[in-house]
Amino acid sequence: MSFDADSPATDTLTFFRERFGLDESNLSAGLGTALERSVDFADLFFEYSTQDSVVLEESIVKSGDRHIEQGVGVRVQRGERQGYAHSDEISVESVRLAASTARAISEQSSGGGSVTVSGGGAPGRDLYPVATAPTDVPVEQKVSLLGEMDSYARSLDSRIVQVMASVIGQQRHLLMVGSDGTLVGDVQPLVRLNVQVIAADGERREIGYQGMGGRHQLDVLMEPAQWKPLVQEAVRVALLNLDAVSCPAGTMDVVLGPGWPGILLHEAIGHGLEGDFNRKKTSAFSDRLGQRVAAEGVTVVDDGTLAGRRGSLNVDDEGTPTRRNVLIENGTLVGYLHDRLNARLMGMEPTGNGRRESYAHLPMPRMTNTFMLAGQEEPEDILRSVKNGLYAVSFAGGQVDITSGKFVFSASEAYRIEDGVIGRPVKGATLIGNGPDVLQRVSRIGCDLEFDRGVGTCGKDGQSVPVGVGLPTIRVDKLTVGGTQS
Amino acid sequence: MSVVARDVIALALRRAKSAGADQADAMLVEADSLESRVRGDEIDFVVQSQERTLGIRALIRGSDGRRSAVTSTSDLSEAAVERMADETVAIARATAEDPFAGLPDGGFASSDALPDLDLFDPGDRNVAVEARIEDARRAEQAARSVDERIQNSEGSQAASHFSRVAYGNSEGFLGEYESASHSLFSEPLAHENGSMQRDYWMTVGRRLSALEDPAAVGRRAAERALRRLGARRVPTCEVPVIFDAVTAPSLLRQVAGCLSGYAIYRSMSFLGDRMGERIGSELVTLVDDGRLPGGLGSKPFDGEGLPTRRNVLIERGELCTWLLDSYSARKLGGTSTGNASRGPGGAPGVGATNLWLEPGEGTLEEIVADTPRGLLVTELIGMGFNPVTGDYSRGAAGLWIEDGKIAHPVEEVTVAGNLADMLTSIDAVGEELHWLGRVASPPLRVARMTVAGE
Repeated sequence: MSFDADSPATDTLTFFRERFGLDESNLSAGLGTALERSVDFADLFFEYSTQDSVVLEESIVKSGDRHIEQGVGVRVQRGERQGYAHSDEISVESVRLAASTARAISEQSSGGGSVTVSGGGAPGRDLYPVATAPTDVPVEQKVSLLGEMDSYARSLDSRIVQVMASVIGQQRHLLMVGSDGTLVGDVQPLVRLNVQVIAADGERREIGYQGMGGRHQLDVLMEPAQWKPLVQEAVRVALLNLDAVSCPAGTMDVVLGPGWPGILLHEAIGHGLEGDFNRKKTSAFSDRLGQRVAAEGVTVVDDGTLAGRRGSLNVDDEGTPTRRNVLIENGTLVGYLHDRLNARLMGMEPTGNGRRESYAHLPMPRMTNTFMLAGQEEPEDILRSVKNGLYAVSFAGGQVDITSGKFVFSASEAYRIEDGVIGRPVKGATLIGNGPDVLQRVSRIGCDLEFDRGVGTCGKDGQSVPVGVGLPTIRVDKLTVGGTQS
Repeated sequence: MSVVARDVIALALRRAKSAGADQADAMLVEADSLESRVRGDEIDFVVQSQERTLGIRALIRGSDGRRSAVTSTSDLSEAAVERMADETVAIARATAEDPFAGLPDGGFASSDALPDLDLFDPGDRNVAVEARIEDARRAEQAARSVDERIQNSEGSQAASHFSRVAYGNSEGFLGEYESASHSLFSEPLAHENGSMQRDYWMTVGRRLSALEDPAAVGRRAAERALRRLGARRVPTCEVPVIFDAVTAPSLLRQVAGCLSGYAIYRSMSFLGDRMGERIGSELVTLVDDGRLPGGLGSKPFDGEGLPTRRNVLIERGELCTWLLDSYSARKLGGTSTGNASRGPGGAPGVGATNLWLEPGEGTLEEIVADTPRGLLVTELIGMGFNPVTGDYSRGAAGLWIEDGKIAHPVEEVTVAGNLADMLTSIDAVGEELHWLGRVASPPLRVARMTVAGE
C-alpha cells in the first residue's frame, strides 16, 4: 500500500499506529475479516476524541472536566442491511472481533475477501487547520476568560442577577478505512463559548442566551472583540424579554431575521431531503425531485466546505469529501442529501453527508451548513411591507415530523409588526407549519444572507452532530403563530 | 463485584489522593447492547456493542472550600487510569474553591445489603440477537397487516441493554448493581389520498417477560397512525386540553426539572419561591421513587452512593420537596433526597428516578366523554417551554373532541399556556398508569389552554 507522505490520512494513520499499533496490514486484515462473506461494502471507523469544558456559575468556576472517547466501529453492508459492531478498545484483536460480529448479519458465504487500502481518497484541503488544539489550551486561560465574561455581564446592567458561562473544546482524530480502498483521516477541532444570563425586575425574570463557535482555534473566541458583543447580546435579550408581552395566536405574515432563523430551512426542508427518508419514501418530499417546492427565487444549499464553520467537514464520516449541494434551485427540488448506503440504493452519488455522532453510531444522511441564498431586497423594505405580523429574530429550537412535514419552532426574540413598523417584543411565540408548503409562501428575500454564530446541534435517531444554518431576511406569508392570546 | 471494577476504582481513588485530592470518587460503567431494526421484510441493521467507561472526580480542600474536576476515559490500563487521576487533580487546581463542594457527609447506602430491585432477569443475559430480530419482525408484520392503508414504515426496532454500575468513594463506600432494559418500538406509516401520517407504539421493561406481545405493539402503532389520517387544523380557540399517556409524561418531566435543586439555587425555575405552597390542583400528587421494583429508573443507590428512596414532591397540590443531591442540598440548606444522577462522564447532578402522577378516577374514554369540546393531545413537538417563567407553547397533534366524542384528527396547531396555571387548572386525572419509560402519567385534563390554528 502507498500513500502521500503529508496527506491528512498519513497524519492520522501515524497517530493511530503510534498509539494503538494499527498499521496498513492489520487494517487490511480487519477489512478482510468483515468481507469473508459476500457483502457490498465494509468499513472501519477509528476515533480518538478529547473534549473538555469549564463552566462558570455564581461568579466562580466550580469545576472543570475532560473526557477521552476512543473506539472503533466496523460496518458491513449487504443490500439494504447493515451490520455494525463497535468497541471502545482499539486493538488488532478488537477490530477482528467486531468485524466478525458485523459480518454475521450476512448469510451468504463467499470465497473470502481481500482488500488493499490506500490513502488516495483524502481531500487536498484542510478547512480547519489549527496550530494549537482547543483541548491543549491551558485550563487557567479558560477560567480567566469566563471570569471576565461574568464581570462584564454584571457591569452592563444591575438587573442581571445570574450569569452562567462555559467554554467547550473538542479535538477528534478520525481514521476511515473502506473496502473500496478508501483510507482517509481527519483531525476535527470544535470550539464553543456560551453565556446565559438571568435578568430580574420585580417579580419578573427572563433568560438571555448567546453562543458562538466553530472549527478553529480557541483563541479566536478569547478576543474581547469577539466575546464582549456576545455577552452584550445575551444581556440585551434578557432585558428585552422583561418587557415582552404575550404573543398573539393565529395566522399572520412573518418576517424572519437573517442568520439563526435559518433553522426554519433545517427543520422544515432539510430533514425531509435526507436520503434515508426519501429512499424509504417516508418523507413528505419523497418522489418530488424536479417539482416546485418553493417560491420563485428560493435557492437552498447545503455546503460542508465553508472554512472554519461548525457544520463543515473535510470529509464526512464515511470518508467522502464534503461539497456544496444545491437542494432547491429557484424553487425547484433538485437534490437530496446522501450517505453511501442510500446513494447506492437510489442509484445516486454520495454527497458527503454521511455523518455519525461517534464510532458508537451508524452513519446516516445529515446536513452540514444549510442556507438560503440572498435575494435583492433591503431588509427594511421587507419589514415595511407587512401590515400586521410578527418579526422573529432568534429561535430557541425546533423540530419536524418528517412524514407529515409539520414543523414547529420557538422564538427567543420576536416583535409585533404593525403597519410596517417594529412594535413591542413578544414572548412565547411558536411558529408551526408544513415543510413542503412553507417555502412556497416566501414572498420576499433580503440581500443580507448571514450565518449563525456556530451553535447548532442537530439530533436525529438519538445522534447529535454539529451543524450550521444561514438565512437572509425573508417574509413568509400566513404562518400559524402559537401564543397564549387568542 | 468484578475484580476489574474493584481494582480500577481503588487505583483511581488512591492515585487521586496521592496527587493531592482530599476526597475522590469513581464510577465504572460496563455496558453491552444489541439492537436491530426490521423494515418490511428486511433487516435494516443489527448493532452490537461493548463499552466500559471510567469517571473520576477529584476534590481538593482549601481554606474556603473545595476545588473539583471530573474526567472520563475508556482506557482502563493502569497507566491510563493513573494519568487520568493525575489530570483530574491538575484540572481541579485551576478551579475556584467552593464552600459547598464535597462528598456527602455520611449516610451512604449499606453496600453489602443493597435491596434487590428486580432490575434484570439473569435468564435474559443470553438472549440471542435472532430472538430480538424476530420480535421486531413480528411487530413489523402485525403493523403492516392491520389495514391496507399501511404499506410503509420507518421500521420496528428491538433493543436489549445490559449494564453494570460500580461506584466507590474515598469515604469508604463501594457498591455495584446490575441492570437491563429491553424495548420494542414500531413506527408505521399510514397513507390515504396522497397524504401520510406516522405514529408509534412501544414497550419497555427490565425483563423480556415484562414486554408486551410484539404483534400487539405493531397493531397498536398502526392504529395510532391510521387515526391521524385526514388530520386538519382547527380555528384558534381556548378549550380544555387532555394529555394522554404518551404526552402527559413530558409535562411531569418539565415540572421535575423545575423542582431540581440546581434550578432553584440558580433562579432558573418558576417554582423557586413556592416551597410549601399550593402549586397544583387537589388532583396533583407527584411521586418520585428510586426503589420501585422493576422500575426503569430504579437503582439501589444514587450517583453519590446515598440510598435511593420514595419522595412525594407534590401532595394534593402542595409543593413538599425539591429534588436534591448533596451539593444542591447544602446550597439550599436541606438534605439530599437521594436523587444524585451521575454517569461516568460527568459530575453528579439531580435527576428524577421513577416519576409518576398518582392516578385518579376514570378512563381516558370517560374523560373525553366528560369534555364537551376540546383537544386530546397525542403528540407534542418542539421545545417551547421556558423554565424561568413557566411559559409553555408547543406544536401538537391529536384528536378534536366535540360533544364528548372524538370528531376528527388535528395537526399543525400549538397548545399554549403557562405551566403554573396549567398545574392549578388540572381538573381530571385518569386511573391508568402505563410506563413507557422512567416517567409515567395517567391521562390528565387542563381546564383551559390556547390552541392556535387557522
